Amino acid sequence: MPQDERARTPADVPVSEMEKLLSRALSRGGSFADLYFEHETTSSLLLEEEIIRTGSAGVTCGLGVRVVSGERTGYAYTDDLSWDAMARAAETAAHIASDPRTVPPQAVTAAPVQRRYGEQSLGELPLAERIALVERADRAARAFDPRVEKVIATLAEETRRVRIANSAGLLAEDVQPLFSMRVSAIAAEKGVRREGSAGGGGRLGPEFFEEKSPEHFAREAARMAVTLLGAVEAPAGPMPVVLAPGWPGILLHEAVGHGLEADFNRKGLSAFSGRIGERVAAPGVTVVDDGTIADRRGSLNVDDEGNATGRTVLIEDGILKGYLQDRLNGGLMKMPLTGNGRRESYGSVPLPRMTNTFMLAGEEDPEDILRSVPRGLYAKHFGGGQVDITSGKFVFSATEAYLIEDGRLGPPVFGATLIGNGPDVLTKVTRIGHDLRLDEGVGMCQKGGQSVPVGVGLPTTLVSEITVGGTKA
Amino acid sequence: MGYRDLATDLLKMARAAGADAADLLVAEGTEFSVTVRQGEVETLKEAGSKGLGIRVFVGKRTASSYTSDFSRPALQRLVEETVGMARATGEDAAAGLPDEMTPPEDVDLAMHDPSPSELPTEERIERARKGEAVALETAGITNSQGASWGSGEGSIILANTMGFMGGYRTSSVSLSVVPQAERDGQMERDYWYTTGRGLSDLETPEQVGRIAAERTLRRLGAKQVPTCQAPVVFDPDAAAELMGALFSAISGYAVFRNATFLKDAVGQEIASPLLTLVDDGRMHRGLGARPFDGEGLPTRRNVPVERGVLRFYVCDSYAARKIGAKPVGSARRGLGGGPGVGAGNLFFEPGETPPEEIIGGVERGLYVTDLIGFGVNVVTGDYSQGAVGHWIEKGTLTHPVHEITIAGNLNEMLKDVDAVGNDLLFRGSSASPTLRIRRMTISGS
Repeated sequence: MPQDERARTPADVPVSEMEKLLSRALSRGGSFADLYFEHETTSSLLLEEEIIRTGSAGVTCGLGVRVVSGERTGYAYTDDLSWDAMARAAETAAHIASDPRTVPPQAVTAAPVQRRYGEQSLGELPLAERIALVERADRAARAFDPRVEKVIATLAEETRRVRIANSAGLLAEDVQPLFSMRVSAIAAEKGVRREGSAGGGGRLGPEFFEEKSPEHFAREAARMAVTLLGAVEAPAGPMPVVLAPGWPGILLHEAVGHGLEADFNRKGLSAFSGRIGERVAAPGVTVVDDGTIADRRGSLNVDDEGNATGRTVLIEDGILKGYLQDRLNGGLMKMPLTGNGRRESYGSVPLPRMTNTFMLAGEEDPEDILRSVPRGLYAKHFGGGQVDITSGKFVFSATEAYLIEDGRLGPPVFGATLIGNGPDVLTKVTRIGHDLRLDEGVGMCQKGGQSVPVGVGLPTTLVSEITVGGTKA
Repeated sequence: MGYRDLATDLLKMARAAGADAADLLVAEGTEFSVTVRQGEVETLKEAGSKGLGIRVFVGKRTASSYTSDFSRPALQRLVEETVGMARATGEDAAAGLPDEMTPPEDVDLAMHDPSPSELPTEERIERARKGEAVALETAGITNSQGASWGSGEGSIILANTMGFMGGYRTSSVSLSVVPQAERDGQMERDYWYTTGRGLSDLETPEQVGRIAAERTLRRLGAKQVPTCQAPVVFDPDAAAELMGALFSAISGYAVFRNATFLKDAVGQEIASPLLTLVDDGRMHRGLGARPFDGEGLPTRRNVPVERGVLRFYVCDSYAARKIGAKPVGSARRGLGGGPGVGAGNLFFEPGETPPEEIIGGVERGLYVTDLIGFGVNVVTGDYSQGAVGHWIEKGTLTHPVHEITIAGNLNEMLKDVDAVGNDLLFRGSSASPTLRIRRMTISGS
């Protein structure tokens, strides 16, 4: 039978209990322990066939306890924040420690947090107003063109409240709102069906829609679906590829970003291992990971280990400069932390992860870049990407792309995967536009079974040769 | 199974709050994992958790919610908010619980085996260590991404206001090894794994380590091949991915959304007559087995594609109402949201040809052992994926191949399957034998 008392949330746990838990966690030895308290509320709406088909909501809450002893990590979590359950988790995590030396935990004090986003979430909008947003998107997508036959619009939002304490004396607290709107449209003509999709969001409230309306995403999805009705076979083989600004920055995420995460490099598993200081990109190519950009999907005030996020230069003017660090790997590699320790939830161990990863703008006119290509591919929108960090081979799948014929856009092509080699694809960057754009805010990144929200960005970029996986050989 | 009373209580609360109907899922489980790298424990994780998801209907309007807080005030508020949310959604003629329910059957599918949780922690670590050690001792293996042992137990209760109340327990266990090799500046990794309900289902750590090492070493020396059109042989794991795409394309949801290249295709030959697709929700010890589905309907052995002919779309109650079909016991449900369609134990029926003969019958072509990317579009059938494998000349594997893509259209690819292997082997809930596709575009140098 249900208990009559509401369960405790992270806000109910006093600092004195946190300090006691950290002591328990280090009671068998170990150099470091941390606590990640999380309370998350979510809600979402799905509109389909002109009706709000369903709404859903949820709340999860829990504590993850980590004990680090050299290269070893012990981890336990609980969704019950009673003292007994939390103490059990701390003792379970403590079992991993093998070294008899204990670094005694320090008294915990709150660290100031520099805020990059507000606490207001879209979830605070009355339900009727959130419904109105998706209905606007649906109407706009269907009104775009009579060939649009199906529209799905969704709005998902969450607010995560975290309290992170560690044995080095840090206490960080953050409120992390996040939402995304997504629209997908299917257009049909003469038995041919094509799909378009668009979406956006960030760590902010309804003011987001003052700049980018639901109609903007709806029309974008509908435009893509209708445009692709005229698609022809994609070419096969190596060729010049012009990447449009914004979301095609997924190239950087797959080709270099994952390979520069510290865990892979510390263990010698990455195609970039031991290559700091070497040339991995053409002159002019500068790639950064920046978790501090206001209101962005990939941004955080503090990472999921409680450390301030930052701006890390990964590649500067073509030279490999640095890795993305979390506490464990930064400590073992004796390198400074970069605020990239992230986890999916209290049930997951932190890993070094990207935040917002992008290439800085160059000076060229995007039109000139396109005109410089006699024959090639112009890739405007991508679906997912994936990388094998060891061999360096990566793919990303173009969902909206066009042939380039004599420096001008030709017909759109069927979806095609592009494949390349991370350590050298950026050496083939020959022109960089002045039009850096970040994506609109719907990116998710998978690593080690954990998903976290990320951002990417790119100016118009010409890569002299990438293998395009079309059907027309 | 202490949560049956909670379920009954919650359904009453939902009714009292104004719901005309409701169903709910209560799940709890334990999780253990350990990763060993270079012989040392790297990460050890152990925990238990619980959660509850409820779906309510107010007339033909619906909403759902989930929580890990099982206290009465929290549940009361959750139920009231969910009913409030349902009232704000649109009337949907297809919404609702199943039309008819039967009580859960008492069938033993051997989904729970206590052996993984009875194995002492030290022994779990030792098996991971052994798997990795065998790989690391193999000549040519130079590094390791680690070996992982994982196990878990779970139990669920599903109940609804039509009087259904059922529950079951499950267990699972797995071992994987990921070795790495380096030669002439080229680094490669591959993996092997074994999984099942209990220890007796597993390959030995030595086998897993040895196969992982072999798979890694055979990637060394890989190069691109020139862009061409040629036959492509999919190894069982690669073929299973293709099979998954076919399953998505025949989901009732894809059909009413016009989001499949196989719309209006029931009764038609959509694939080679060599292909028969089976989704068996009741395979003994199968990792996809369960006595009833996510709506409480009895599971069964479905054959949606028989000798190339599409017999029916795979539907839960909602999709079935949308397209005028019947639910087939394939509803999948998580804690958040309502059910959708998902596979139980999915496989292509094996053929009679040994895989060596399938490769042997190729004059010049590609043998694919790994696919990466997201280039499969079931709306249009467009298919374009990154691939790793071996080049075939005169029926023999010659050299490893990488940094290429294979592309085609699923519609044609399924019809172009001209050989099906006799090598069906379940490792996980879905499996395929080796398949050969007559012709695809290979994009390389």
